[in-house]
Amino acid sequence: MLRLLSILAVLCLCIPAYATESSAIPKLDIGKGGECVKEPQWMRKNHMHLLTHQRDEVVHKGVRDDKISLKNCIECHASTKDDSVIARDDSFCVACHRYEAVKLDCFECHSGERKSAWLKRNSK
Amino acid sequence: MSEINVQRRQFLKMSMGVAAVSIAPGIFLFDMAHGKADANKVRWGMLIETANCAEGCNDCVTACNTENGLSDGVSSTDSQWIRKIEIKDISTGRETSLPMMCQHCEHPPCVDVCPTGASFKRADGIVLVDKHLCIGCRYCMMACPYKARSFVHEPLQNQNPDVPRGRGTVESCTMCVHRIDQGQQPACAVACPNKSILFGNLNDPDSEIATRIRTVASAQVRADLGLNPGVRYQGL
Repeated sequence: MLRLLSILAVLCLCIPAYATESSAIPKLDIGKGGECVKEPQWMRKNHMHLLTHQRDEVVHKGVRDDKISLKNCIECHASTKDDSVIARDDSFCVACHRYEAVKLDCFECHSGERKSAWLKRNSK
Repeated sequence: MSEINVQRRQFLKMSMGVAAVSIAPGIFLFDMAHGKADANKVRWGMLIETANCAEGCNDCVTACNTENGLSDGVSSTDSQWIRKIEIKDISTGRETSLPMMCQHCEHPPCVDVCPTGASFKRADGIVLVDKHLCIGCRYCMMACPYKARSFVHEPLQNQNPDVPRGRGTVESCTMCVHRIDQGQQPACAVACPNKSILFGNLNDPDSEIATRIRTVASAQVRADLGLNPGVRYQGL
């Protein structure tokens, strides 16, 4: 009986610790930020669906909706320090994806850099 | 695809249609894909005037490399979307210089052989690789009679934000699709100092390219294959 009580006591102590950990959101550099598509919580859950839909529209039909394009996301969310969404551990895409342990393979092909910065560097 | 194969495909489509209808009116076991482009819509193409194309001039290749972030052949496995070739008629000694790239066929063999549907033709006739679907098997490279496609062997950095490219996928001339969608001309056509590359809509009878191919003799490379390329050559 005493053993059962001690286990319960330990469990009670564990719950608040777990609750605080799950509500901790990774700190990330949101760049310029802003809310041009939907509110942040909706975007956290659904941005991948928007991007997948957009990519098929662009590649196959040439419908380039600038608002929900990856390039436009990067334009606002790239860090103001290094113009990138992937350069550092707290960069906009990297911070959450690392926290959630979701592989981020967009940037094996796509540039993670703000286009204006790329142009500045490559127009010599 | 040869003429015979086109007819065979038509026959198969027709017989499948008959089979589908005969099951019961209004009930179909399967339906055909409706991806056929409207013949009256845009079909982008190019006309290359070989008489003006200067031997040794590489401006179109350089412009393509700059626009699409290609390395300009630093290593032997690097991608090449457009190349200059010099050909010589042995019997007459006549030499011709011309650019060779993806010919954007109406019946592209690369699309026929692709196992994942990554290689496809847009409704406006541009043949592209959807790199999200490409598994890098390189069947399309073997199928292409123009040797137009390249495989990316090494990891890449610093891509043009408008032109995503990555290791493990096949790529080729996109006719600068990102520029066309914004109403601009392909980089090679703009860069050519002799205006040898004429870009335009083959389906618009009033366009400059349609007028030119109507009035002057032009040829398709390997026309015998019946692929109907969108790139034509004048003076070949």
